[in-house]
Amino acid sequence: MLDNTIYNERLDTMNDVKISARGVNVFYADTHAIKDVDVDIKDKMVTSFIGPSGCGKSTFLRCLNRMNDTIDICRVTGDIRMDGQDINAKEVDPVQLRAKVGMVFQKPNPFPKSIYDNVSYGPRIHGMARTKAEMDEIVEKSLRRGALWDEVKDRLHAPGTGLSGGQQQRLCIARAVATEPQVLLMDEPCSALDPIATAQIEELIEELRQNFSVVIVTHSMQQAARVSQRTAFFHLGNLVEYGETGQIFTNPTDSRTESYITGRIG
Amino acid sequence: MSVTFLLLILVGLAVVGFFFGRARALSTVQGDTRRLHSLPQYYGAHVAIFAFVPAAILLCLWLAILPAINGFLTQNALDPSDIPEGRDVSLVMEEVKQVAAGLDKAVAAGTITAQEADQPEQIIDDLRARFGAAGVALGGDVRLSVLQAATTLRDARATQRTVLTVLLIATALAGFVWAARQITPDHRARTSVEFSIKVLLIASALVAILTTVGIILSLIFNTVEFFRMFPAADFFFGMTWQPSFQGESYLGIIPLLWGTLYISLVALIVAVPIGLFAAVYLSEYAGPRTRSVVKPLLEILAGIPTIVYGLFALLTVGPLLVDVFGKDGLLGVTWMGGGTSVMTAGLVMGIMLIPFVSSLSDDIINAVPQSLRDGSYGLGATRSETIKTVILPAALPGIVGAILLAASRAVGETMIVVLGAGAAARLDLNPFEAMTTVTAKIVSQLTGDVSFDSPEAMVAFALGMTLFVITLGLNVLALRIVRKYREQYD
Repeated sequence: MLDNTIYNERLDTMNDVKISARGVNVFYADTHAIKDVDVDIKDKMVTSFIGPSGCGKSTFLRCLNRMNDTIDICRVTGDIRMDGQDINAKEVDPVQLRAKVGMVFQKPNPFPKSIYDNVSYGPRIHGMARTKAEMDEIVEKSLRRGALWDEVKDRLHAPGTGLSGGQQQRLCIARAVATEPQVLLMDEPCSALDPIATAQIEELIEELRQNFSVVIVTHSMQQAARVSQRTAFFHLGNLVEYGETGQIFTNPTDSRTESYITGRIG
Repeated sequence: MSVTFLLLILVGLAVVGFFFGRARALSTVQGDTRRLHSLPQYYGAHVAIFAFVPAAILLCLWLAILPAINGFLTQNALDPSDIPEGRDVSLVMEEVKQVAAGLDKAVAAGTITAQEADQPEQIIDDLRARFGAAGVALGGDVRLSVLQAATTLRDARATQRTVLTVLLIATALAGFVWAARQITPDHRARTSVEFSIKVLLIASALVAILTTVGIILSLIFNTVEFFRMFPAADFFFGMTWQPSFQGESYLGIIPLLWGTLYISLVALIVAVPIGLFAAVYLSEYAGPRTRSVVKPLLEILAGIPTIVYGLFALLTVGPLLVDVFGKDGLLGVTWMGGGTSVMTAGLVMGIMLIPFVSSLSDDIINAVPQSLRDGSYGLGATRSETIKTVILPAALPGIVGAILLAASRAVGETMIVVLGAGAAARLDLNPFEAMTTVTAKIVSQLTGDVSFDSPEAMVAFALGMTLFVITLGLNVLALRIVRKYREQYD
């Protein structure tokens, strides 16, 4: 952990920073997967992480809600603060943190339960609804936010696994927003989907931005350019460049970024 | 020639065929294997298979139908008057076979010369003594008619052996030559060999199935036979089990079924929670190092012979229970008379079943995709919430299957019951009473000198059939449950 003077030095002067990471290192057993990464995630904006496979962007994403805790051999060092609170501090319960920082995974992973139970899972374990009516309301609102309500409103008690791939992914997004998180992490949410479902998800991300700050890992540079306001480029565990999306794609300062977005490395 | 020797010849021919076929295939292309359709060893295998398999099939068929032919021949040699009043033909036939085998043995031992054996009528009075010298014991003096039939049988066998030898070698050679002549560079030897391998695989699968069918058929026929001697209603609804070989038996299955189910229930009440908790600990909480030690240790329990468990029940658990629940025990109650009881057997059987439940459930829980765990943790669920609300429901069908498998093991368990539960067939609710099960009674009805024409012995088949139907039902149920819910995830 860095001491406070360095932390303040490195702190981005811009306001409305939701999550700020300083000097983050991640080790998988002996592999040094993330090397001294500094990133500021801004509120109510979409931030995308791009980079070749194995560059550490998903690993870094998982640091933001301490999902790496579930992997025994994984060790995270450095300072990650959400609203100024160190998320790796002893008094922070990772379970509470994950309720505030939702996550959507690469492969749609609905639980083998009904659509309704999938969405109400988070609110139920966090005790967010006192009555059945309140729960119904949360489920409907979340499914509407996930742009899935109209397609499933007549079969809320059908199994979530029976939906198509794109619908399943939107169900997972609805499930994640049902706990009212402040940040939504998306790990390649469209990589298993066809272009139409991808377009629907991208539209959804644009809408979600109104309420959450969204961090998305993607392999598609077009997708990063379309949906995000800020882009970070990772390479071999290093954060190479981070800035406005338009600037990264039109006028990158680092030669590696330029090579990657023009398709010369990757 | 003996069958063993014939088989050796066949194997030899096959080996020769392999090398010959390979060499011939190579020579057709002057050693350039690229011009062959298949690799050279496939040509060799092709010849070997055709040399061996048809002859081997012929041998099997021959051995299968020969006894019937010989039986027919010998029976013709016997006069109807030779069969004593009130005795069965099959008994006389046995005698004939015994004498024929005795002659062969005596010749081999040198107490009878080969010439004498061909005309045994001349030494008929001396026969019993000479057999005795060769180690063959006969029940009485040999009757002339039996001796003549035995001679006919021996003659027939001698002829048959010659015919068989010639036929087999001819078949093997014909197969050899036919396959060898087929070899050209374009011949698809690989296809033919792979077809033979497929047939072999199918045959192996059939062996298990056919054996099961055979066992079931024999159970069914004997059960039907039993119900001819004993009314089915008394068997299925009788409340008393009191076999007596002097007649007047009460053979009601209800007390036995009750004992079986009661003991199995106790065993499952012990095994299911413990096994399941162990599985959850192993798959969700234990680190890889703990797991690698604990899991094999648990599985060792499954390798202990059940008779050892039975001893444990008899010598340790039984007395321990009496100390607590028996007369002058810790609790001051006298629920338990002796060491053998439903509780004793059930507890020990439960311990035996723990590794079954835990090992199978552990595998099933591990098969729940990691993505479901991630999804649940990602929503802020704790580990125990994830296990309760996501993992166990997803794994439930498999766990139910594991429990039902354990149940069918419990129903079929014998040794623990024999030693731990006692032998008294009783209908009682007190779990500290001695009771007994279907399996234990099958053992006791069939041990000792048993003649299979009394209902007291034949009842074993009906008991076995009932048990089989119960375990089959449990297994079918388990399969159906597993199949119905299997596609829930992924």
